[in-house]
Amino acid sequence: MPVLWLVLIVFALGALGFVLGRRRALGGAGGDIRLLHSLPSYYGTNVALLTVVPALFLLGIWLLVQPIVVDAKVSALLPDSAISEGTTRDLVMSDVRRIAEGLDKAVAEGAMTHAQARDIRAEFTDVRNRLGAVGVALGSRVGAPELFAAQRYRRIAGEGSLAMTGAVLALALGGFALSLIRTTPSFRARNSVETGIRYVLIFAATIAVLTTIGIVLSLVFNTIDFFRLYPAWDFFFGTTWSPSFGGGSDLGILPLLWGTFYISIIALAVSVPIGLFAAIYLSEYATPHVRAFAKPMIEVLAGIPTIVYGLFALLTVGPLLLKVFGQDGVGLMQAGTAVVTAGLVMGIMLIPFVSSLSDDIINAVPQSMRDGSLGLGATRSETVRQVVLPAALPGIVGAILLAASRAIGETMIVVLGAGAAANLSLNPFEAMTTVTAKIVSQLTGDADFASPEALVAFALGMTLFVITLGLNVFALYIVRKYREQYE
Amino acid sequence: MYDNPDLARTTVTRDIKIAAHGCQVFYGDTHAIKDVDIDIEDKTVTAFIGPSGCGKSTFLRCLNRMNDTIDICRVVGDIRLDGEDIYDKRVDPVQLRAKVGMVFQKPNPFPKSIYDNVAYGPRIHGLARGKADLDEIVESSLRRAAIWEEVKDRLDAPGTGLSGGQQQRLCIARAVATEPEVLLMDEPCSALDPIATAQVEELIDELRSQYSVVIVTHSMQQAARVSQKTAFFHLGSLVEYGETGHIFTNPTDPRTESYITGRIG
Ligand SMILES: Nc1ncnc2c1ncn2[C@@H]1O[C@H](COP(=O)(O)OP(=O)(O)O)[C@@H](O)[C@H]1O
Ligand SMILES: [Mg+2]
Repeated sequence: MPVLWLVLIVFALGALGFVLGRRRALGGAGGDIRLLHSLPSYYGTNVALLTVVPALFLLGIWLLVQPIVVDAKVSALLPDSAISEGTTRDLVMSDVRRIAEGLDKAVAEGAMTHAQARDIRAEFTDVRNRLGAVGVALGSRVGAPELFAAQRYRRIAGEGSLAMTGAVLALALGGFALSLIRTTPSFRARNSVETGIRYVLIFAATIAVLTTIGIVLSLVFNTIDFFRLYPAWDFFFGTTWSPSFGGGSDLGILPLLWGTFYISIIALAVSVPIGLFAAIYLSEYATPHVRAFAKPMIEVLAGIPTIVYGLFALLTVGPLLLKVFGQDGVGLMQAGTAVVTAGLVMGIMLIPFVSSLSDDIINAVPQSMRDGSLGLGATRSETVRQVVLPAALPGIVGAILLAASRAIGETMIVVLGAGAAANLSLNPFEAMTTVTAKIVSQLTGDADFASPEALVAFALGMTLFVITLGLNVFALYIVRKYREQYE
Repeated sequence: MYDNPDLARTTVTRDIKIAAHGCQVFYGDTHAIKDVDIDIEDKTVTAFIGPSGCGKSTFLRCLNRMNDTIDICRVVGDIRLDGEDIYDKRVDPVQLRAKVGMVFQKPNPFPKSIYDNVAYGPRIHGLARGKADLDEIVESSLRRAAIWEEVKDRLDAPGTGLSGGQQQRLCIARAVATEPEVLLMDEPCSALDPIATAQVEELIDELRSQYSVVIVTHSMQQAARVSQKTAFFHLGSLVEYGETGHIFTNPTDPRTESYITGRIG
């Protein structure tokens, strides 16, 4: 039974539980709410929670654990002879999984019957062709051991799913029945719901934390794999980036880091003054009318998807710059895709980010500070410069560093605006590329996933992550330091 | 019930420092100040008393055009400082505020050092001829605000690190440093403890020798202790204005009497 149906059934049971629990509580009290310990809906919610939550929890755990268990079992069945020279057990297993998937698909599309899928033999049938016919492409001929393993795989997985359906339904029904029996007027449904809700919230928080840890760990392990294949020294200090998918690539990160850094600096040089001044104008000078109009306008800028900025860079800003600085103009620029193009457009993208954060921070400076300064005969701009900005500085520094992290992590604008050449150059009119853009191109090529050319993406990602993390920690440090000084 | 206001306090007529005539203030549609006429004397402490929301702060803020900083606020009427209309087009409100200093209800030192707090006004107005001169202005202002002894060893420490009473005296020093002619104080003691209040009151009494001081206060004891003239506001109107001793012992208007005896709060 598909998981979706199972979830729907559990939820339907929960809804039924809500109605029945509520009715049972009311019935027990003879319809008089005052005789109940809790409001009737609490009894309903209690039944619904006990029906749905444990069952779904079990379902989630099962879905996570089953593939691991099945994999281990089937892998143990593969004889060593099935693993030929030049491959690994892992690679064979991934073939087995694909074959199993293909068989599932073939059955689902009616190209095979259940019995056929279970019993076909590689010796008599060209499985590769038959699966190809339903759109599952397999790399090589399907050998007998793989097919056999795939069939075992399907069987064990099928049994597992059946057991899962049974267990989940049983748990849901059990919770349903148990909580319904316990529904009496004196039952403290309100407290029980409170506890239940607390566990649901804890569960959500745990998932958030675990995902973070999982992402970091996957980065770390893949990065370690990469460094087994490629020397760390050459990665961090190499000045050439020229991956060739046949092997023998130079994977030096320096040109990419330099591109990231250069483009980000230009972006910040554009966005920080404009964003900050706009924020100062809006919060200190603008009349309510102007503010009511201008603030949403700036925020619209923040809602534009970055791919649109990328198009803007490619189709508008690049050609425009080329006209001025290109062969027909100053003669510095070869093509529209260049560091300045991406930097300028990224700067525009960051303006609303800087301005709305700074605006909030400037507004948080107490009015009494401004009054004090104005009351001493200072002008508005003196007040802004000498009182408001110093008081808001830690927040503004934080905003700028956040903008810097965004700039460093930005991809689309770079891909479309800065070109793809990894270059170590000071000339802002040359094409360059960044870490993020290269991560994309390394993973979208058809390199083997275990090759250094693909794994380098994780090392790049890890480096980027460490840099952004460092930036954020530094931002916090500065903010704290200033806060101590001012409080 | 109150410190007995000194009835025999000499009632010499002093020069008029600020003269307001037909002053009206509107916040949008709210009519906050209704037709107030008042002559505030030089070298005198004038107290504004009255129930909350009667417009004391609003009127005080008219005197140095701080109301200009509120978008919806509109002031009508004639207010003269030394005979010169302060709402005249030729008057620069920024310059005016240097002459008519202000101390606020909540101490609001800038997030800067004590020294920089006091030096703030002299710096923006270019009052000091050099570093030594500025040092001198800072020291004399802090002395006049009766806080020099407490802070002279830590002029570089942040002003926000002082106690509430010290902060308020620092704010007074800051206002004094621009050499104002009038000092407006909006409930300067309402955030202070009794000891700090006593210090500030003493200070106000000393400031009288050089400035015209206008103080808004909620405490009638305080008005009686520090002021020579008292103005009673009610619902945006100036109900009664006269010698402090007279107002407290012999009010002419029944509303004043009700307020003083605690019947209007
Ligand atoms: N910034 C403002 N915007 C609108 N109305 C205000 C503003 N400040 C004061 N008011 C109104 O003006 C009236 C007088 O206020 P205020 O001068 O602060 O009184 P007081 O200082 O005597 O307690 C009150 O009704 C108040 O609501
Ligand atoms: Mg007030």
